[in-house]
Amino acid sequence: MIKAILIFNNHGKPRLSKFYEHYTEDTEQQIIRETFHLVSKRDENVCNFLEGGLLIGGSDNKLIYRHYATLYFVFCVDSSESELGILDLIQVFVETLDKCFENVCELDLIFHMDKVHNILAEMVMGGMVLETNMSEIITQAEAQSKMEKSEICAFLSLCRPLSFSVPDRTGRRRPGLLELQHAPYRPSRT
Amino acid sequence: MPAVSKGDGMRGLAVFISDIRNCKSKEAEIKRINKELANIRSKFKGDKALDGYSKKKYVCKLLFIFLLGHDIDFGHMEAVNLLSSNKYTEKQIGYLFISVLVNSNSELIRLINNAIKNDLSSRNPTFMCLALHCIANVGSREMAEAFAGEIPRILVAGDTMDSVKQSAALCLLRLYKTSPDLVLMGEWTSRVVHLLNDQHMGVVTAAISLITCLSQKNPDEFKTCVSLAVSRLSRIVSSASTDLQDYTYYFVPAPWLSCKLLRLLQCYPPPEDGAVKGRLVECLETILNKAQEPPKSKKVQHSNAKNAILFEAISLIIHYDSEPNLLVRACNQLGQFLQHRETNLRYLALESMCTLASSEFSHEAVKTHIETVINALKTERDVSVRQRAADLLYAMCDRSNAKQIVAEMLSYLETADYSIREEMVLKVAILAEKYAVDYSWYVDTILNLIRIAGDYVSEEVWYRVIQIVINRDDVQGYAAKTVFEALQAPACHENMVKVGGYILGEFGNLIAGDPRSSPLVQFNLLHSKFHLCSVPTRALLLSAYIKFINLFPETKSTIQEVLRSDSQIRNSDVELQQRAVEYLKLSSIASTDVLATVLEEMPPFPERESSILAKLKKKKGPGAVSVNELEEGKREGGELNGGGGERGGDNSTIAASNASTPSPSADLLGLRTGPQVSAAPPSAGSLLVDVFSEAGVNDDGFLSSAPPSAVSEDAAPPLPESNELLNKFVCKNNGVLFENQLLQIGIKSEYRQNLGRMYLFYGNKTSVQFVTFTTTVSCPGELHPQLNVQAKPVEPLIEGGAQVQQVINIECLGDFCEAPLLNIKFRYGGALQNLSLKLPVTINKFFQPTEMASHDFFQRWKQLSQPQQEAQKIFKASHAMDTEVIKAKLLGLGMALLENVDPNPENFVCAGVIQTKAQQVGSLLRLEPNAQAQMYRLTLRSSKDTVSKRLCELLAEQF
Repeated sequence: MIKAILIFNNHGKPRLSKFYEHYTEDTEQQIIRETFHLVSKRDENVCNFLEGGLLIGGSDNKLIYRHYATLYFVFCVDSSESELGILDLIQVFVETLDKCFENVCELDLIFHMDKVHNILAEMVMGGMVLETNMSEIITQAEAQSKMEKSEICAFLSLCRPLSFSVPDRTGRRRPGLLELQHAPYRPSRT
Repeated sequence: MPAVSKGDGMRGLAVFISDIRNCKSKEAEIKRINKELANIRSKFKGDKALDGYSKKKYVCKLLFIFLLGHDIDFGHMEAVNLLSSNKYTEKQIGYLFISVLVNSNSELIRLINNAIKNDLSSRNPTFMCLALHCIANVGSREMAEAFAGEIPRILVAGDTMDSVKQSAALCLLRLYKTSPDLVLMGEWTSRVVHLLNDQHMGVVTAAISLITCLSQKNPDEFKTCVSLAVSRLSRIVSSASTDLQDYTYYFVPAPWLSCKLLRLLQCYPPPEDGAVKGRLVECLETILNKAQEPPKSKKVQHSNAKNAILFEAISLIIHYDSEPNLLVRACNQLGQFLQHRETNLRYLALESMCTLASSEFSHEAVKTHIETVINALKTERDVSVRQRAADLLYAMCDRSNAKQIVAEMLSYLETADYSIREEMVLKVAILAEKYAVDYSWYVDTILNLIRIAGDYVSEEVWYRVIQIVINRDDVQGYAAKTVFEALQAPACHENMVKVGGYILGEFGNLIAGDPRSSPLVQFNLLHSKFHLCSVPTRALLLSAYIKFINLFPETKSTIQEVLRSDSQIRNSDVELQQRAVEYLKLSSIASTDVLATVLEEMPPFPERESSILAKLKKKKGPGAVSVNELEEGKREGGELNGGGGERGGDNSTIAASNASTPSPSADLLGLRTGPQVSAAPPSAGSLLVDVFSEAGVNDDGFLSSAPPSAVSEDAAPPLPESNELLNKFVCKNNGVLFENQLLQIGIKSEYRQNLGRMYLFYGNKTSVQFVTFTTTVSCPGELHPQLNVQAKPVEPLIEGGAQVQQVINIECLGDFCEAPLLNIKFRYGGALQNLSLKLPVTINKFFQPTEMASHDFFQRWKQLSQPQQEAQKIFKASHAMDTEVIKAKLLGLGMALLENVDPNPENFVCAGVIQTKAQQVGSLLRLEPNAQAQMYRLTLRSSKDTVSKRLCELLAEQF
């Protein structure tokens, strides 16, 4: 079972946290900090698995993570999950985000938290994997945003293209997560 | 225009987020957030009714604030109101808020449940999915009560959309996990299992998680899932990489689902149905083969997905632990991965090998990788990988490589990461004890351990080394010498001082002959550490000092001086002060004899499971060890604490110092009647005169354990399982005959004509020697004239951890049915052990194989056609009906296995001649398996009716 899915940036700012077991809000924040502390001190090119922090259950749980450009994607899982399988799942998740946001970057996650949650909900439910087929997930996500569009358009009476990607404040596009998968650490203030 | 020009137009939200991101300090951020919270609060409380869009916007802001780590204590009601909206966007954000923020105890649950109920019956798949997600996210008992009946119906209904089915499966799983009593599968079981056959792979993906969980809890009811899972797996594995379209991930067909199917199969033993099993073995072989094929893509995702399946397949092979061929391949594959350039694969290979090391088929194969693993421990950059390497070394350790592994682990400890040191220390301590052949090595190892990683050496570890030194007099002198040397170091760890104080206090006399370690030198050495130590250690040292007074009267005045000094006798610590006062008084008023009795050498500790092992299990987390074991560990630790660590002084004084106890003499009597002391054999090294022996208090104790009475005892009746043990050896000659916590008996045997020779290996599994070890082999009753058995005498003493061998010569005079009896008697601790087993000598051991052609076989078969010459049995297969296994067993039986004789190739026929001194008995065998019915028919014909009958009996237990 997946106990928690956490996304935070290189500074430890949480960008998404989803817990599939109940913790108090305080503990959740502590878990995020602890996990960031554990994961961020690791070099690049070491293995992607480590034992979970104490708060989330210690060595019975594993943290499986990938580092994409400015973001860490961390899945905390128990021993019933395949480590490599979860790595694939993270990749599917990021590729899906990339397709939905057209070259996804950290800003997209900040401004569209609800959409990220929705996409995740198409993949993982109650800590178990619901769907791994990327095109199926994207179809669902697009159907939802279409529905949203129609409702919003009715409300604001204006229509824009389907994509919900965000340009940078400078007007230029920021390089996406996948483009920078193995890029060196780069500070980004948020 | 800043980043707010977005499609969905929640401008306020984007502005707010931008503001937060532009805050220059934490204070500014908090200020901005508080302002926004106040704004939202007033909007929610305001008179003006908010429209859905505004509600959605504010709820989104709250979510964002929550993510930043701020408590949200309002907005729940607004979110619940959004649930009943007809607009998807509003409903969806309401559900999102609830799944992120509402915990399962919330009072709002009833309102939420109402909204969910409406959505579930809406028949709008999108709304249904939202509702199911919400149930799965909150998963409270109230929700289970409300929906546990409804969801299975949605799951199996024919008209449910696939996406809804997927959500329903996982929703049900969540409810089952929180409230298993409310989810009654009963009538749904078979339909749920058949979801494995669903056309939509997504449905299978979701359903398999549910089925795996249910199977773990009710394996029998869900047993049918095994064959379905195998056929699904087989279809995936054999499909081309394009067959499964979207479920193909970087050229690997449905990797996630394959992994999950392999996991599901790990809930069950190997399939009994031969066809299913064959298909599964084929799948596993295909997966192993694919690992050797060149990759279809250079992308890491491709190899990742492929290896994910491979590792699960290997886990399954290890779980079955019954296919030697596959196990060896798995081991080789893991061996390749150990040197792979991908760190992830090295990590996983080390982890899988740990489980493989515990399988008897592959333990040896795993051991061949020892150099690679040691190298990993030394050179891996990643602590996660190093830790797995240490785990594997621990798992692959046995007597043959213990010294090497312990040495490597010790040298690694010097640089090991702090996070894993304590566990490493425990492991080294356990291995050193478990595989210590000579105990001076053990003492060296533990003292090194304390030297290198003293801070991480827990109480259990040093208690244990003292226990072992006390219990084994052959190591005491060495231990005293070694601690004395170790204490010479200018800075030594406090744990070293504890061990040193205890051991020198007990056995300092053994090295006192050397002027370099004369009593006074020993004392000065210990006392030079005194002021650096904590109170408990000082207390222990004081006890060592009083023991010194007893061992070496010449130190008395020096030690009394020390005890009398203000820093002792007026110490502010009550414990230390009391000890100083009492020891001083004891040393001045007690006569030498009384002193000698009070301060007698410690009696041996009773042998139990090492307390360190319990500690390691505890460290490994609650899942790894049952409550019972833990309790035991605790109890033991406690006892050691009271009885081991502190007994370094002597019981009377400790008891006296523990608050208001009676006078020392009364306590002494209590001690004398204590079971431990009276049962203890007189120690060889004891210098002490027993003043109370005249009173006869402990004479009883000695008498009751006197050896002569024990040896005359009758042999025990054969163990109830001895028939079963005998059956294990019908088709093999070598193996472990018997094993309990103390003793292991291994057998090697060889037969030629009517003669046989058997080697019995008796291994002492404990660390204490077995004394008066005797064995007798007898041929009861009718067996006597038929079998001549001569056993060579065996050493009467087996050292702890040692093995002795006994040779038994056997001559078969006539055919026989019974087996000879082996009786073993020895003393362990003080207790007599007496057990009897059947020696696995069976009539078939004297078979000579006879090759013959089909024609000859049938001719002889017909010749043996009298009814009493034939014995037949029809029986149910108790093992998998694997042709190769059956062949191996028949060959092990000793007959010739004849090919191309029986017209039905499924059947097996054998021929052989039993050689006895009196006569030769020709025998023919026919075994007809029926895979469908899982039955066998076994027919034996031989020239002697008793032989047919006996062979038939023996063989019917083998398949």
